[in-house]
Amino acid sequence: MLRDMMPRFDLYQPDSLDSALDLAERLGADGWLVGGGQDSWDWLKNRTRHTGAVIDLSGIAALKGVREADGGIEIGALTTLTEVENDPLVKERFGLLSTAAGRVASPQIRNAGTLGGNLCQDTRCWYYRGGVDCYRAGGNMCYADTPQGQNREHAIFGASRCVAVTPSDTANALTALDASMVIHSRSGERVVAAADFFVGPAVNIRRMTVIEPGEILTAVRVPGTWAGAGFYFEKIADRAAWDFALLSISAALKLEGDMVRDARLVCGAASCVPHRLTAVEKTLVGASRSDEVIAKAVSAATEGASTLQFNQYKLPLLENLVRRAIKGAGVAS
Amino acid sequence: MAHKLLGQDFLPHDVVAKVTGEAKYAEDFRAEGMVFARLLSSPYPHARVRSIDASEALAMPGVVGILTPDDVKNPKAPDIPLLTLEPGYVGAPILLIAAEDETTAQDAIDKVRIDYEPLPFHVDPLASMHPDHPDARTDGNVGAAGVEFQKLKWTKEDFDNANGKMPMGKAAQEWTYGDLDATFARCKLVLDETFVHASNSHHSMEPRTAMAYWQNGKCILHVSSQSQSFIHPALAGMIGIPPTDLMLVAEYCGGGFGSKGGAYPLQALPALFSKKINRPVMMRISRAEEYYNGSARLGFQGQVKLGFAEDGKLLAADLYVIQENGACQSFFDFRNAADALSILYQPEAMRWRGLPVYANSPIRSAQRGPGYNQMAHIMEPLLDKAARELKVDRLAIRLKNVGGLNAPFGAQRNTVSSCYLKDALEKGAQQFGWAERVARSGQRNGSKVTAVAVGQAYHPAGFNGFDGLLRILPTGKVHIHTGVGNLGTFSHSSTSRIAAEVLKLNWDDVVIERGDSRRHLPWNIGQFGSNTNFTMARTNYVAAMDALTKLKEIAAKRFGGTPESYDVDGKRVFRRGGGPGMTYGEAAQQAIKLGGKYDGHELPKDINPMTQVSATAISGTGLVGVAKDTLPMKGAPAAFAAAFIEIELDLETGKHVIIDYLGVADCGTVIHPAGLETQIKSGAVQGFGVASSERIVYDPQNGLPASVGFYQAKPPTYGDVAHRFRTSAVDLPDPSSPLGTKGIGEPLLGCAASVLLCALSEAVGGHAFNRTPVVPDMILNHLAGRAPSHGPLQVNCQ
Repeated sequence: MLRDMMPRFDLYQPDSLDSALDLAERLGADGWLVGGGQDSWDWLKNRTRHTGAVIDLSGIAALKGVREADGGIEIGALTTLTEVENDPLVKERFGLLSTAAGRVASPQIRNAGTLGGNLCQDTRCWYYRGGVDCYRAGGNMCYADTPQGQNREHAIFGASRCVAVTPSDTANALTALDASMVIHSRSGERVVAAADFFVGPAVNIRRMTVIEPGEILTAVRVPGTWAGAGFYFEKIADRAAWDFALLSISAALKLEGDMVRDARLVCGAASCVPHRLTAVEKTLVGASRSDEVIAKAVSAATEGASTLQFNQYKLPLLENLVRRAIKGAGVAS
Repeated sequence: MAHKLLGQDFLPHDVVAKVTGEAKYAEDFRAEGMVFARLLSSPYPHARVRSIDASEALAMPGVVGILTPDDVKNPKAPDIPLLTLEPGYVGAPILLIAAEDETTAQDAIDKVRIDYEPLPFHVDPLASMHPDHPDARTDGNVGAAGVEFQKLKWTKEDFDNANGKMPMGKAAQEWTYGDLDATFARCKLVLDETFVHASNSHHSMEPRTAMAYWQNGKCILHVSSQSQSFIHPALAGMIGIPPTDLMLVAEYCGGGFGSKGGAYPLQALPALFSKKINRPVMMRISRAEEYYNGSARLGFQGQVKLGFAEDGKLLAADLYVIQENGACQSFFDFRNAADALSILYQPEAMRWRGLPVYANSPIRSAQRGPGYNQMAHIMEPLLDKAARELKVDRLAIRLKNVGGLNAPFGAQRNTVSSCYLKDALEKGAQQFGWAERVARSGQRNGSKVTAVAVGQAYHPAGFNGFDGLLRILPTGKVHIHTGVGNLGTFSHSSTSRIAAEVLKLNWDDVVIERGDSRRHLPWNIGQFGSNTNFTMARTNYVAAMDALTKLKEIAAKRFGGTPESYDVDGKRVFRRGGGPGMTYGEAAQQAIKLGGKYDGHELPKDINPMTQVSATAISGTGLVGVAKDTLPMKGAPAAFAAAFIEIELDLETGKHVIIDYLGVADCGTVIHPAGLETQIKSGAVQGFGVASSERIVYDPQNGLPASVGFYQAKPPTYGDVAHRFRTSAVDLPDPSSPLGTKGIGEPLLGCAASVLLCALSEAVGGHAFNRTPVVPDMILNHLAGRAPSHGPLQVNCQ
């Protein structure tokens, strides 16, 4: 049962990263990190997850804003999604991320929600959110992966006991851009590639990222590698706003004429992590975007997919999105 | 007839209050010493509570008390219990705990230990009719208002002999008119289809919070309600007090859509708890609880056989509807559906069979167009299917079947007071440009296809027999007392303008008394069923006519002559032809001097006891106009609406965009143009959701609901409305309404959902999904040649 009633907890509001890291180390697993709170408050109000202390990062100015760095950009983890969407640097060089950020939820949520929060948010599997004792919650079954499970939103790739998917729109865009995540702790800084930052159930069924207790995601670095490439982002959801993706696609193509010199295609809501379509990329690299190549790439998109009772529609939808992404990347809409 | 106020826009006072934040909802009230109560609700879809151990909770600092099923008197099953020891759905309230603050109350709830015995359950009414399948309740499985609560199971043979149709065993209720077999025999085209209409939540923006306290033996109760006077006696009954001991405050309501039309148990719980612990009690209902304990539209499973003549005329219809009741007594959508089919399409012969079945899902109640709209959503795409097969234009087939001014309906062949649906279809077609635009339907633009469609819907639109009450004060102000409630449509004010029109008042001279029973309100209908306009127009009319008669009599007594020789205008009553007169204020002073019937000391014998009490309370303060509506009425009031739409469906994503929408209302004489426009548009938005995104989902393995938040239940957002959004009205008077007005709220949802469903079907080449809503994955599976993920009659699923 969802309680929908905020519990008591100690609230810490550090104004510097140092203070936050001290708190994170001291409180460890008991210190719940909050950015915009758009995921956290639900968990806490519903009393399906508990904490004795909340570390509110929103007062740390150093974790906000977009800046140029090493030919690319660095985005503070506490930068709001609205700011990411509208930032001139992001828009000019990495339109893919700007578009993806602008398709998150609703304007109100984007005004409060942060890039770091969007990347670190937990899955929206309704069983898990409803407080059942599934694998991801520490139990010993998956309620969605059953013949009668209501699994329309669930995974077609990478399932391993759990079939939940990533809900993040920006995660697949950043994966396509070869971004890396800057993580701080009292032990120092570590930088993790987006491809390694998100973890599937086969790696760790209880969490969605590599962040450990005591660590804080402080920034996202987007290298200049893909700046100005041909981009395509599309999110399919039941509603035009305030909805999680049924499937989304991020594409970045480096083009010489119509020849694809390099390619990244990553889909969201298909797996627990941003799902890179490497077979599609291989088909494209070094080829022109001819109908024949596109058809071959499209047919490669669903290789290895496995459907559940209510999510088989994701197969034709993924094929369609891949086709649109290849054709649409770099084409002014 | 030219009107002074009718047909004119005005600014209802509650608009300003809502925009400025001045409006106070139940949750906004406070009382000295108030405590907060939280609900403990069932985590099981069906269970028996073997024991409750609240000792640890009650020992917590700040905890004030507990209210258990032992403290309340529940109504007879299967009515909704106030608190229960045999919860029938996830979220059913079992007990409440009150504490000095809300967090402590919830912390205490979390400490309560309950020993449950899980019981068999189901979330599929049709499947539950199988003899081997469990029932939702231990005391019966079938029933509804007008249908005996009973145990009724079908045979295995009923299921074995289905032959691809819905199994159809014994119905709980049925009727027939005409010779069905003979009429089907002469049909050119027969369609025989299964259908499913999903349940969907009401999504009331204001959850059903309530606050109560007691003073001098009277209960002061703040609730969220569409209705005011109508719920008063029933709510007093739930609390166990006479209506005169209940002071009911319901000035503002943040949406109800039918679910707050009648009294409901959550309104009574704080009153009972407050009495027990002698402290004011606030029981806030959260968003999740609103989904658990709020309400939802009744879902349908069914089979419909339709026989058409070559020209598209529907000759015969055979309808079987299984209704999902939820766990407790709900509504009678299954019966309304039959009336909708019969009135919209006028078949020569028709049979209806209905079966209301309990399921372990939340309380269901009327939702904007209960049954009538589901039927329109089911039938309109099938009408298009028939039109395609018979090669008849989709507008033409509707005009072929539409009823006349006094169209008959149902088994009794009753007639309506007015039907201008034909005018609505023709006016809409002209404004929309149907003839030109339908030719574009099916055009491709890349992956997108244009689809144009027409839809329609019906709902009853009024009752009679309630009371009107107003008073003219010595200040000259006219206070109109209205107990209809405030659903948010401003109709408490727009229907009061009927009285102002009769008395030829400026709107500034009127004060509306409403929202609190201490303002002395008459016995009025609740605000539901698209009836407010018609019903309240009549009550306000008769009260105003009574006041008008008294004004003339008072003037005649003062200045001589007969009352008939007097007239009114400019807040004066005067003798025609330039004779003497007096102001309304002076007349009110005279009324007080005269006493008796003039100032409310003598009252009509036929008015309701509630009106007697209210009129007595204001007696002696001015000229009192009070009367029961005994005006003649010919036929059942009926509201109709037509809609036209152009959409663009992306065949690669299953997503649509609404390019253009036109809603046309048959609401009689238009009473409030701005209010009507808002209703047409908001009804359409709600309809778009019903057609294409909203539904309740349950896991059949554990009875858990999947849709317990706005983002999961998916009402439409600002991005899902029509790019071009137009409204129109026939504006022809209903003969049974004093000034020609009648209701309209509900078919405005039905026509919008219908037309969008028709457009989605048209966009995919005419495939009828026979299911509401039609969501993108259904479209994608169909276009990819894949079987649907759900079974043809599977319900409560994705």
